[in-house]
Amino acid sequence: MNSGNNVQFLQGNEACALGAIAAGVRFFGGYPITPATEIAEVMARELPKIGGVFVQFEDEIASIGAVIGASVAGTKAMTATSGPGFSLKQENLGYAIHVQIPCVVVNVMRGGPSTGLPTLPSQSDVMQARWGTHGDHPIIALSPYSVRECFDLTVRAVNLSERFRIPVILLSDAIIGHVRERIVLPSREELTLVERKKPTVAPEDYKPFEDDGTDIPPMANLGEEYIFHITSNNYDDEGFPATNDHDIADRRIKSLYNKIERNRAEIDDVDLFMADDAEIIIVAYGSTARSARRAVMMARQEGIKAGLFRLKTIWPFPYDHLRTAAEPAKDVLLVEMNMSQLDSEIKSATHGLQTRIHGLHQSNGMLITPDQIYDRIKGLV
Amino acid sequence: MKKNNYKKYLRTHKLPHIWCSGCGHGIILGAALRAMAELELDPYRTVAVTAIGCSARTNAIMHCNTIQTTHGRALTFASGIKMARPDLTVLLFVGDGDGAAIGGNHLIHAARRNVDLTTVLLNNSIYGMTGGQYSPLTPYQKTASTSPYGNLEQDFDICKLADAAGASYVARGIAHDPRHLSKLIRGGIEHKGFSFIEGISHCPTYYGRKNKFASPYDVMRWVKERSVRVKPDSYNFSQDLNGSVPVGVLSHKNLPEFTDEYRKLVEKLQKGAES
Amino acid sequence: MNNKEYQVRLSGFGGQGIILAGIILGEAVSLYDGRFAVQFQSYGPEARGGASRAEVVISDEDIDLLELIEPDVFLALSQQAYNKYVGDANENALVIIDPDYVTEVPPSSRKVFPVPISKIAREEIGKSIVINMVALGALASVSGLVGIDALKKAVAARVPAGTEEINLKAVQAGYDNAREMV
Repeated sequence: MNSGNNVQFLQGNEACALGAIAAGVRFFGGYPITPATEIAEVMARELPKIGGVFVQFEDEIASIGAVIGASVAGTKAMTATSGPGFSLKQENLGYAIHVQIPCVVVNVMRGGPSTGLPTLPSQSDVMQARWGTHGDHPIIALSPYSVRECFDLTVRAVNLSERFRIPVILLSDAIIGHVRERIVLPSREELTLVERKKPTVAPEDYKPFEDDGTDIPPMANLGEEYIFHITSNNYDDEGFPATNDHDIADRRIKSLYNKIERNRAEIDDVDLFMADDAEIIIVAYGSTARSARRAVMMARQEGIKAGLFRLKTIWPFPYDHLRTAAEPAKDVLLVEMNMSQLDSEIKSATHGLQTRIHGLHQSNGMLITPDQIYDRIKGLV
Repeated sequence: MKKNNYKKYLRTHKLPHIWCSGCGHGIILGAALRAMAELELDPYRTVAVTAIGCSARTNAIMHCNTIQTTHGRALTFASGIKMARPDLTVLLFVGDGDGAAIGGNHLIHAARRNVDLTTVLLNNSIYGMTGGQYSPLTPYQKTASTSPYGNLEQDFDICKLADAAGASYVARGIAHDPRHLSKLIRGGIEHKGFSFIEGISHCPTYYGRKNKFASPYDVMRWVKERSVRVKPDSYNFSQDLNGSVPVGVLSHKNLPEFTDEYRKLVEKLQKGAES
Repeated sequence: MNNKEYQVRLSGFGGQGIILAGIILGEAVSLYDGRFAVQFQSYGPEARGGASRAEVVISDEDIDLLELIEPDVFLALSQQAYNKYVGDANENALVIIDPDYVTEVPPSSRKVFPVPISKIAREEIGKSIVINMVALGALASVSGLVGIDALKKAVAARVPAGTEEINLKAVQAGYDNAREMV
């Protein structure tokens, strides 16, 4: 990897790190774990050159704790891990969701459960990304399917986290993280960067969690002109514990959901490939979507009307988009490297339609190949 | 120092606090506030970080930036804050269960890294908020709700642990002597590096009752009678004090501080890039 | 299909620079030869000792194959790697071996090119360490999947400053030697 050129042959993990830096991430809390470590290694090398901070912490919990702390201090911050580390980060991830601290958590998925398949690819943390931390909560999770998208979706993850004051998970996988491809790195001018909304009221009038009508309260950074309190308890508009007030609890949890649900237009992101006239729609994401795209091309060469519905934003799940795409189709085939984690989302998105739902699932550490998908497509015709 | 000067560091509108009557935590917080007042810390440039438990109830009533985090993890959040903004003064108030059990690993490593943080561990020898379970700092054979037949485990000398892990300022004070404790905390804030101050508090509600102390003051007196004041630069952690608990500045050394070291690295790399 | 994806597997033992060779091949194709390449390699415990491998898929078009299925070109610089991976290669695969390391090659339909790669590195170049560069040169001749000029550009951009000359010489030597067999 050569930090000077804009055309490079990079790993997905390297592109992810460069995307983070391009998006303004200046704090990275790391802990070694394959297949995510290259992200930390690039950050360790590049961040001090530009005045950013890289620290390798004593464990996965500390690395996300420090990331949240750095973010409260006004620095865009990120951490990266894989399955076991993602499990360890869950409590603090929930904290950041609850107190609305922007940050990015990369999970380069490998086979589980437990140590599982270190470090063969998998997509089996999809539901953990949605529901891994306790309590009702929304989340945003994005899934890149190429080296270039590792860059682009990391930038987008940082932007969404700042925009909506929420941690964003980048769900990469061991194949996308490690594969090297040619990438043309976008220039600074080509990127749109988002900064968190800051308060403008007089310091004595600042209520850190008062709704301004957007469900996204303006956020002061530490060490500026505002003083504030943050608590892991349910909190009132001033940020202080409100552990016995049902109305405040109701308003808070609904507000956390609303800021995501009411902004679906900005958050939902799907990529349709040859799907317009498709009779068979493949639903896939991450590395599996590459095989699926190839399988669709193979099918089209044989005159089979197949198409790909690719999830770039997995969470919140784009139910409406999938329903629209699936309605005219005869069949929907969900392809994932797991034991069918998105099956119920597909079924609820297509509920009541005539479309038949099928699954191609494999959780043995092997990428699902184009031929496997193509064979299933042929079987559906 | 003007009398009651420390009140400007209190969010008086958030009082009263929720500690039990007779609790030692308010005394220790008062000692910390006096240290802040003496140093005239700018509340806008000061961050007090806590986690979970009775100790975590200190900072909501402090007038400065205050962050209450997840159980045991105060040092991780505080490290991120200090590393991102080395110009801020960062204080922590953690408990004995919070700081020595679930957060013990972070304590070791924050000390080893020598990040410029001042950690006050409020040691009341028990998990108070959850109703009196034994902690790593509950003495051998003492009773708690989860050691109903007496604690079978040995307790930590948490100051010795902090020193061995690399903390560059280690002190211990007691709620019985708040002026002395205030000086120790002040010394910790002034010290550049990781400062660790054990403040021995007392929990009359659980620890006191379960261990047959008749009143809050009896617990305080027990702590006081077990303690012995040591002079600065005179103590070493292998010293045998006949079972007494040393109180005072236990170690104080100048070691490279993490954010300083990091800043030097950044300057070196940026100078290298220019030439 | 006309958009043929050529699958290349490089293998040997740890320390021979197999992974770096894979990366350089991918860079040569995708940065200097105007074609498409994706590269992957073994990780984790498997990558620590014993057989090491790196894989490259090369095509004139966008590549969606992210896992090697059936190598068209197979390079083996150790008997262990040969034994472990030869069965994956397709029946018409081009197989490049170093006869100093791979001595047992059971007959098959695959076309085998015994190139004295380590000997060239040791005797012609005088540095055993450039074995991976000699191998890349040989692979370029035998497979025609990458131009020698592109390969040299990629090597020059990758290797430590001051070692360009010896590495380029190694690439050329491997290329010339294997050329005689093609």
